[in-house]
Amino acid sequence: MLIGEVVGSVVATQKDPQLESHKLLVVQVRSHENQPRDQYVIAVDSVGAGPGDLVLYATGSSARQTNITKDKPCDAVVMAIVDSWDVSGKNVYEKWSGA
Amino acid sequence: MYIGRVTGRLVATVRYEGLEGVKLQLLETLDEDGESTGEQLVAACALDVGPGDLVHFIDGREAALALPDETFVPVDVAITGFVEQVTSGGRELDLDPTPGGPA
Amino acid sequence: MILADVIGTVVAQAEVVPALRGRTLLLVRPVTPEGSAVQRKPRVAIDTIGAGVGDRVLVIDEGNSGRQILGARDAPVKTLIVGFVDEVEIGGRVVYDHRAQKEAETI
Repeated sequence: MLIGEVVGSVVATQKDPQLESHKLLVVQVRSHENQPRDQYVIAVDSVGAGPGDLVLYATGSSARQTNITKDKPCDAVVMAIVDSWDVSGKNVYEKWSGA
Repeated sequence: MYIGRVTGRLVATVRYEGLEGVKLQLLETLDEDGESTGEQLVAACALDVGPGDLVHFIDGREAALALPDETFVPVDVAITGFVEQVTSGGRELDLDPTPGGPA
Repeated sequence: MILADVIGTVVAQAEVVPALRGRTLLLVRPVTPEGSAVQRKPRVAIDTIGAGVGDRVLVIDEGNSGRQILGARDAPVKTLIVGFVDEVEIGGRVVYDHRAQKEAETI
């Protein structure tokens, strides 16, 4: 999985019927040092993530291993909302600090 | 499968159902000299690993099969075990667990 | 399937993947048909044919095929060495010949 920030959402009126009623999130990839990368992915939401959330997303056929994306034309799914992470024991990101 | 080094851990309370209790670890993939390739991933893990540990991991749909309980889950990287020794290019790589994180 | 050179060995524990027990793990470097390295990210492959360092081999990197070969249903495995490469030909031209390679090495 990769870490990313939800920076927006995509509205698509004309799309494959199987994708109807799914929230499509624009996710910008973050490095493990929490630096934004110039890499974006459009992912189906499975956990109720929203703008500003740091999330984990899975890609490829793994993305279809949820009840809402099974057998659907989906290749990226947000499967967790990140609370915090450490690199070598040092905290890099903490969702609830400085809120 | 690939070889990687664990660099950290990640906490996420809100997860897709079926992923409760699965540990999430940060790792970097290693090249043939045992150095970081610069690629940084988050892996699901059924083992007790910590920063500096050398592991082998699997990507793609098969990653979910490395989890002990629910395997119909959206996981695309999973740690499949510890690596004890690697030889490459005729020499043994110096893979002492030196927790330093990404250089 | 991909072409790869066996460049090393990996000794690893297999507690999460019982299908790996007793199997040899080799470090392989994916190569182009001409033999140059594709990327600096070697793979760990399960040997099923008795390959060794220096061999150019055929590698499967897809789970379903891999599990069939190992006879391990639902095992998290996908990278397997399944054949030795004798010769690669592109557009009528031989770009890799195992025997010529070996002869060149012994001279």
